[in-house]
Amino acid sequence: MKNKLAQIKEDVLMHLKEANELDALENIRIKYLGKKGELTAVLKGMGALSAEERPQIGALANEIRSLLEKEIDEKKTELIKKATEERLKKEVIDVTMPGKKQPSGSLHPLTKVLDDIKDIAIGMGFEIAEGPEVELDYYNFEALNIPKNHPARDTQDTFYVSDNVVLRTQTSPMQIRVMENKKPPIRIIAPGRVYRSDAVDATHSPVFHQIEGLVVDKGITMADLKGTLDAFMKALYGKETRTRFRPHHFPFTEPSAEMDISCYVCGGEGCRVCKGEGWIEILGCGMVYPKVLANCGIDPEVYSGFAFGFGLERVAMGRYNIDDLRLFFENDTRFLKQF
Amino acid sequence: MKVPMSWFGDYTDISGVSPKEYNDALTMSGSKVEGIEFLGKELDRVVSGKINSVTPHPDSDHLVICMVDVGGEVLQIVTGAPNVKEGQIVPVALDGSTLPNGVKIKKGKLRGVESNGMLCSHDEMGITEADLGYEPEYGILILPEDTEIGIEMRDYFGLNENVVEFEITSNRPDCFSVIGLARETAVTFDKPFNVPVPKYTENSENINDYVSVEVKNPEKCLRYSAKMVKNVKIGPSPKWLAARLRACGVRSINNIVDITNYLLLEYGQPMHAFDLRDLVGGKIVVRDAADGEAIKTLDEQDRTLTANDLVIADGERAVAVAGVMGGFNSEVKSDTTTVVFESATFDGASVRQTAQRLGLRTEASSRYEKGLDANNTVPALERACELVQMLGCGEVVGGMIDVKGNIRPLVTLTLRPAKINAFLGTDIPTADMISTLTKLGFEVDEANMTVTAPSFRPDIESEADVAEEIARFYGYDKIPSTLLSGEATVGGKTPLQKLRDKINRTLVGCGMSEIYTYTFTSPSDFDKIRIPADSSLRNTVKITNPLGEDTSIMRTTTIASMLNILSYNYSHRNENVALFEIGKIYLPKGDVLPEEPEKITLGLYGDYDFFALKGIVELLADTLNIDGMEFARESENPTFHTGRCAKVTIDGKDMGVIGEIHPDVLKAYGLDTSCYVAELDLAAIFAAAGGTVKYKQLPKFPAAQRDIALLVDKSVAVADLEKTIRKASGEILDSVKLFDVYEGAQIPEGKKSVAYAIFFRASDRSLTNEEISKVFTKITKDLEYKNGAVLR
Repeated sequence: MKNKLAQIKEDVLMHLKEANELDALENIRIKYLGKKGELTAVLKGMGALSAEERPQIGALANEIRSLLEKEIDEKKTELIKKATEERLKKEVIDVTMPGKKQPSGSLHPLTKVLDDIKDIAIGMGFEIAEGPEVELDYYNFEALNIPKNHPARDTQDTFYVSDNVVLRTQTSPMQIRVMENKKPPIRIIAPGRVYRSDAVDATHSPVFHQIEGLVVDKGITMADLKGTLDAFMKALYGKETRTRFRPHHFPFTEPSAEMDISCYVCGGEGCRVCKGEGWIEILGCGMVYPKVLANCGIDPEVYSGFAFGFGLERVAMGRYNIDDLRLFFENDTRFLKQF
Repeated sequence: MKVPMSWFGDYTDISGVSPKEYNDALTMSGSKVEGIEFLGKELDRVVSGKINSVTPHPDSDHLVICMVDVGGEVLQIVTGAPNVKEGQIVPVALDGSTLPNGVKIKKGKLRGVESNGMLCSHDEMGITEADLGYEPEYGILILPEDTEIGIEMRDYFGLNENVVEFEITSNRPDCFSVIGLARETAVTFDKPFNVPVPKYTENSENINDYVSVEVKNPEKCLRYSAKMVKNVKIGPSPKWLAARLRACGVRSINNIVDITNYLLLEYGQPMHAFDLRDLVGGKIVVRDAADGEAIKTLDEQDRTLTANDLVIADGERAVAVAGVMGGFNSEVKSDTTTVVFESATFDGASVRQTAQRLGLRTEASSRYEKGLDANNTVPALERACELVQMLGCGEVVGGMIDVKGNIRPLVTLTLRPAKINAFLGTDIPTADMISTLTKLGFEVDEANMTVTAPSFRPDIESEADVAEEIARFYGYDKIPSTLLSGEATVGGKTPLQKLRDKINRTLVGCGMSEIYTYTFTSPSDFDKIRIPADSSLRNTVKITNPLGEDTSIMRTTTIASMLNILSYNYSHRNENVALFEIGKIYLPKGDVLPEEPEKITLGLYGDYDFFALKGIVELLADTLNIDGMEFARESENPTFHTGRCAKVTIDGKDMGVIGEIHPDVLKAYGLDTSCYVAELDLAAIFAAAGGTVKYKQLPKFPAAQRDIALLVDKSVAVADLEKTIRKASGEILDSVKLFDVYEGAQIPEGKKSVAYAIFFRASDRSLTNEEISKVFTKITKDLEYKNGAVLR
């Protein structure tokens, strides 16, 4: 009987070596270890053994059974692993084939730039003000110290709705509207559409966008204006950016300045973009004119403030290297989807 | 304003200042330099040369060979010019030079004969007859016999000159003059500044014996000064004067006219020269024009005036439009012998109105409208007389007419150095402030600490203006940069602003691209989108001075804007286009200003249908936590397909419209494909948008599903069936899902099959079959009763 068991063990081990498929493996298990298998048959024949032999053979049979079960399991694991590997090999795909595209939407480049500007301003404690585009002449001009027949009106070719109503030519009327409705401290930006009677070409549009900024509080200085805008531009154009303030004239600020930033292409060395100047003109700013404060019921002896304004399109054109203003309003999806 | 740098040398010292230094310094002190141009840059290596001999060309009838002495060297030059003769002095472009017309001069052979340069005409050097002051004969320019040999032509023509172009802001009329800019220059470089007092002699006669001046409107004519010159000899101006005018972009005409133009530039004082013969009765009357009064101006245009315009008249008729342009009837002519120089100050606003109405902006009017200094009229006249004598073109008659109107009083302000430093954030010593102001022409009373602005500075009205004067010469770059201090502000976006951001994000997530469209539009857009003639949408905000008809009204709907952009993309063969915009419309109302509500506009064409668009709107509602959005068939909206349009409501409130665009509208926009557009009201959506979400407990008990298949009339809206199901189910309803709509085989004509999966659930127990069956029976009954639905 011992021999028989040894023979079974040997047979199984031999067959296992040859087995290459899970089915064959299962057949081996059934043939030798199954309920009607050879090993079971041997055990069934144990009744014929002597009382001495029986435990020995029993132990031996069990030992062989667990050994064979273990061998079969190991072989099974190995075959499964192999089968999986083979399946995966068959399932190879060309990963360089194009992906299944989800429809991709896009924010307009002007919105993207404006969102950045808003984030910077909010981080500096600014709120975002909004106001009408069809505006009273009073807010667009008179309250800003630009009376009728003032030459400063020349620089802003105005669309009129009536003698007293215009399409706003600048976002500056928002300064007045905010100051009329809010007590200092005031820190706002007011982005919006503005209109000027310019024929459309690569650098002109009768509709474009500005961002106005206004800060009014006790003790606001021109040094604050410089520091705030410098920080703003570093946030918008990168921390290497330098700013330069040049005297200029706006009727509603005094002192007034134009602000240049160091060229974002060449860093100030001089290049085609900055026309060799090293500087790019970005915005107009200044200390709010006392008369303008007074017009809004804010005492210029107690409060002071600064204001700034700049064009959104210009910032976007610079950032994205766009050379034609018309693209913003044509809305060709081949353009829009690039952003 | 263009000024040759050398002209500043008449009043201050900028020797040794390079153009680049000048550019930077003046820009930083507030006189923005647009650019500095070297006039002679295109006329390099063109020199005077003497023709030693002229011999015929062996192989040409019309060419000759000249031996030209260019100073130290004799060059052989072949020319075809008809007018060269031995002994003449002519301009010679040397080998390697480039002429203003772009021609490069190189050594070479002409018909086999070596030529080492080119003899030039005035045209080839970019010199006009006006620059020369005479009409030269055809061919090579023959220079005067006493011209030195070998000198650069750019020196000869006064082109060895850097011309600065300034951008002058409207608040600085004084800087529209060489003297004004010289003052800024002097203060910028901290150099002395001096305007010499004009010197001239006059005869013993008196102007008042020839001319009388009467100012009838002293509000508009602030000062009228006049001098007279007799025995005038009209002729060309000397080269130096013509060169200065030319450098400033002014054409030389004749000596008298050039003197007035010179004064316009130098003193910033517009002047006019009348021919005394043309002043009827020797009278000058400054008066309002009569309504409809006619005058032919110097440009030979007939103009009609109004009572708002101011004119200079003689005894009979207008001879000039005050401050704008002289009259054709009184201009200086070649045989003029006596001129009256007018040097006057007119009210800026009045001149501006007249110039605008006449569409006639002149050098004079653009200066007057900014507010000129009434104290400048007399010095300018005296300078004109000095020039007359300098040029030897007339005899100055004694006496001066000087009628003063309502001259603006000087402005005196308190000077508070501490306040100014606090305002600027600086620590500038008082003495420095006083020094700067004094140099700029302010009078400083140190005892009372007051400053009086000079009469040529109408822009100085308040302490802030004084602060700017101090700041710009202290240097904006020296003002420190500080961050805001004081009371902290929170900042941030309003709920509406956040909602817009969320809408943007959601729609971009749906694969849509945001667009920016023009908010003004064409009245014809209403026809294109089939808006009825009597629709209130046609009541628009109109622009009185539009660029064109197509941008003449403010839009009252965004649909046309969207269709324009869809059309643009379609015509550019862009496929599967999905666009959106949040933008304003403008609705006139009783008040002066219109309402400006915002619309969310969606537009699709390509691989989309009505339900694709509806799905986007529904997703938007889900994202914004809007409950109860409903779509009801709308067959009356003329812009849309009568069978594929829905009105969108929330709790019965109008929210907008969604649908397929009507084929006629598509055609009007050149769209040969179906388009789907929605226009939704932002304010209504904002009002309906939910706030913070409250968490609902997850169900503990299982849901039971019952399917139902119904046969209904084709016209029955599934939304109505769902409503019936919901109502009949009561509170054990979990959800209803439409899973099939079918028409065709086995379904009777005019009917459709609709199938729903209905899920029931209670939060506190497992539902029994009986409970569910009871409800299900009610559902089927109600469907039959309310919707005529039969179980299949």
